[in-house]
Amino acid sequence: MTMERARSWDLTVFAALVALGLLAPLVVYPVFLMKVLCFALFACAFNLLIGYVGLLSFGHAMFFGFAAYVTGHLAKVGTVSLPFGLPFLGWRWLVIPIPPLTPELAILGGVLVAALLGLIVGAIAIRRQGIYFAMVTLALAQMVFFLCVQAKFTGGEDGIQAIPRRPILGALDVGNDFTFYYVVLAIFCAGFLIIYRTIHSPFGQVLKAIRENEARAISLGYAVSRFKLIAFVISAALAGLAGATKAMVFQLASLTDVTWQMSGEVVLMTLVGGMGTVFGPAVGAAIIIWMQNYLAGFGEWVLVIQGAIFVVAVLVFRRGIVGELVAFVRRRTAKAEEPAAAIGLAKPAA
Amino acid sequence: MFELIGVPPQALFGQLLLGLINGAFYALLSLGLAVIFGLMNVINFTHGAQYMMGAFCAWMLLTYVGIPYWGALVLAPIIIGLTGVLIERLFISRLYHLDHLYGLLLTFGLALIVEGLFRREYGISGLPYSNPIPGGTNLGFMFLPWYRGWVVVFSLTVCLATWFVIEKTQLGAYLRAATERPDLVQAFGINVPRMITLTYGFGVGLAALAGVLAAPIYSVNPVMGANLIIVVFAVVVIGGMGSIMGSIVTGFGVGVIEGLTKVFYPEASNTVIFIIMAVVLMLRPQGLFGTPR
Repeated sequence: MTMERARSWDLTVFAALVALGLLAPLVVYPVFLMKVLCFALFACAFNLLIGYVGLLSFGHAMFFGFAAYVTGHLAKVGTVSLPFGLPFLGWRWLVIPIPPLTPELAILGGVLVAALLGLIVGAIAIRRQGIYFAMVTLALAQMVFFLCVQAKFTGGEDGIQAIPRRPILGALDVGNDFTFYYVVLAIFCAGFLIIYRTIHSPFGQVLKAIRENEARAISLGYAVSRFKLIAFVISAALAGLAGATKAMVFQLASLTDVTWQMSGEVVLMTLVGGMGTVFGPAVGAAIIIWMQNYLAGFGEWVLVIQGAIFVVAVLVFRRGIVGELVAFVRRRTAKAEEPAAAIGLAKPAA
Repeated sequence: MFELIGVPPQALFGQLLLGLINGAFYALLSLGLAVIFGLMNVINFTHGAQYMMGAFCAWMLLTYVGIPYWGALVLAPIIIGLTGVLIERLFISRLYHLDHLYGLLLTFGLALIVEGLFRREYGISGLPYSNPIPGGTNLGFMFLPWYRGWVVVFSLTVCLATWFVIEKTQLGAYLRAATERPDLVQAFGINVPRMITLTYGFGVGLAALAGVLAAPIYSVNPVMGANLIIVVFAVVVIGGMGSIMGSIVTGFGVGVIEGLTKVFYPEASNTVIFIIMAVVLMLRPQGLFGTPR
C-alpha cells in the first residue's frame, strides 16, 4: 500500500469513527463513552513513544494522574502555593492567588504541568535506552506517586472530590453528561490529530529513523536526544490532557490514576490494540475499559485476566488487533498485485 | 541519654539496622535480577511476585505441612526456583529472538496473574509469621533483635557466596562466558539453554529466599513484592547491572541511606532512592558500577 493510499484510508476510518462517536451517546451511557475516550487518548499518547520512537515508558500514569490532580485543584480551589527553598531560611511558600477556573482553563493548566513534568522526567530518562528506560520511568513515576500521597493539595487517600464543572468560557453549560460528552469527543479528536500530524511530519520520520536504527540516525547528524525529548514532552502533555479531562468527567482526581497499575494498564491497552498503529491504542482502550466494566463484579480476577491477556498478547499476538488487521490487508493486496508486478506494471512496493 | 547529631542513638542505630535489613533484601533481589539479566537480557518483572511467593511458601509449609522456618529456608527457594524453571521453559524461552522489551511485558503479565491469584485467595490484609529467633541483646547504644541480626549476616553470606561462585569458579566462568558469547560457548559443547534455565531458576530462588527472610519481619502479604520491585529497579539502575559485587554494594548502601533519611528527614524517606537514581543518571548514566556501552 502506498503512503498516500494509507493516509486517505486512515482519514476515512477516522471520519467514520467520529461519525460513530457523534451518534454513540444516543445508545450508550455517555459517562462510559467519555471514560473510553479519555483512556483512548491516553493510550494514543503512550503509543507515540513506544510505537514511533521505540521507547517503552512504564510510568505514564504520572502524567495522567498528576494532570488530573492539577486540573481538579485549579477547578475547585484555584489558588496555587509553590514551595521554594531559601538559604538559611528554609522552605517558604509562594502563593499565587487564582480564582477557581472554568474547565477549559483548568484542563489547560493540567496539560502545561504535565508537559513540564514530562520535560524533567524525559531529560533524566532518555539518558538510558531500552529496558533501563522502562525501569527509570517506572521508578520516577513511583516517586511522583509518593509525592502525591504526601502533598497537601491532593487530599491524600480521599483525592480531590466534587470537582465543579463550570460553564465552558462562562457560556456553554456542561453540567449534564450528554453535553459534556461532545466536549470530550472534541478534545479526543484534537489530541488524536496532533499525534497523527506529529507521526506524519518530517519530525515523525526522524523519530521512526531513531526507532529503527539509533546509531545511524546519530551518524546522519540528528540530535537524537533532542528529538526523543520533544516526543516525550508531547506524549506527556497529551497523557496529561487525557488525565485532566478524566478528572473533569468524573469530577474526581484520586491516587488510582498515578499508580504503577495505571501505567501497566495503558501498556496493556496499546499492546492489545497494536503498538505502532494509528488506531490500535484507541481500540485497545475501548476493549480493556469494556472488559473492566463487564468484570467489575469479579474483584481480583480482573488482575488475573489482565495478566493473562498480557501473556497471550506477548506470546502469540504481538501485532495487536489493528496490527494483525493491517498485516492481513497488506497480504491480500500484495497477492492481488502480484500478477501485475510480474509484467512490470505495478509501482515498486512502498 | 546522650545524643548524636541531635538524634537519640537508639533511633539512629535502630533505623540503621532497618536500613541494613532493607538493604539485604535490595541486594538479594537486585543480585537475582542482575544474574538473570546478564545471561538472558530479560528484566524479570515477576521478581517481586516471586519474592512474595517465597514468603507465602514458607507460611504454607508451616501452616499446612508443619515445616518450621529453618526447613522453609531451604525448601521454599527450591520450590519457587522450580516454578521459575517451569516459567522459563514454558514462556520466556519463546521470546529470546525478540526485542528485550517483550520479556519485560511478559514477566509483568505473569506478575499480575500471580499477585491477582494470591490476592483472591488470601486478601491483602497480610498473614502473621512468627519469629523463629525471638529475643535480642542490648548493645548499650541500641537493642539488637537476634532475628534481624541473623537476616543481615545470612543475606550478606549468600550474596558473597553467589559472588564467589560467579567470579571464582569453573561454573561461574562458563556462566560469564555464556553472557558474552552464548553461541561460542555452545560450540564448545556446553548446554547453554539448560544453563539459562537453571540460572533463571537460581535468580528466582534468591528472590524466594529474600521472601522467606522477610516473612517474620513484615507480614506475609500478596502485595509485598509489587512495591518492593520498583525500588529494586531503581537500585539496579543506580548500581548498573554490570557487576555482581556492584549489585551487593549498591543494595546495602542504598538501604542504609534510606534508613538514615528516615532519621534525619522522614518526609523524603519514600522518595530518596528515586532521587539518588535521578542524580546518578545525570552524572553517570551507566550506573555506579556499570560499563558504558
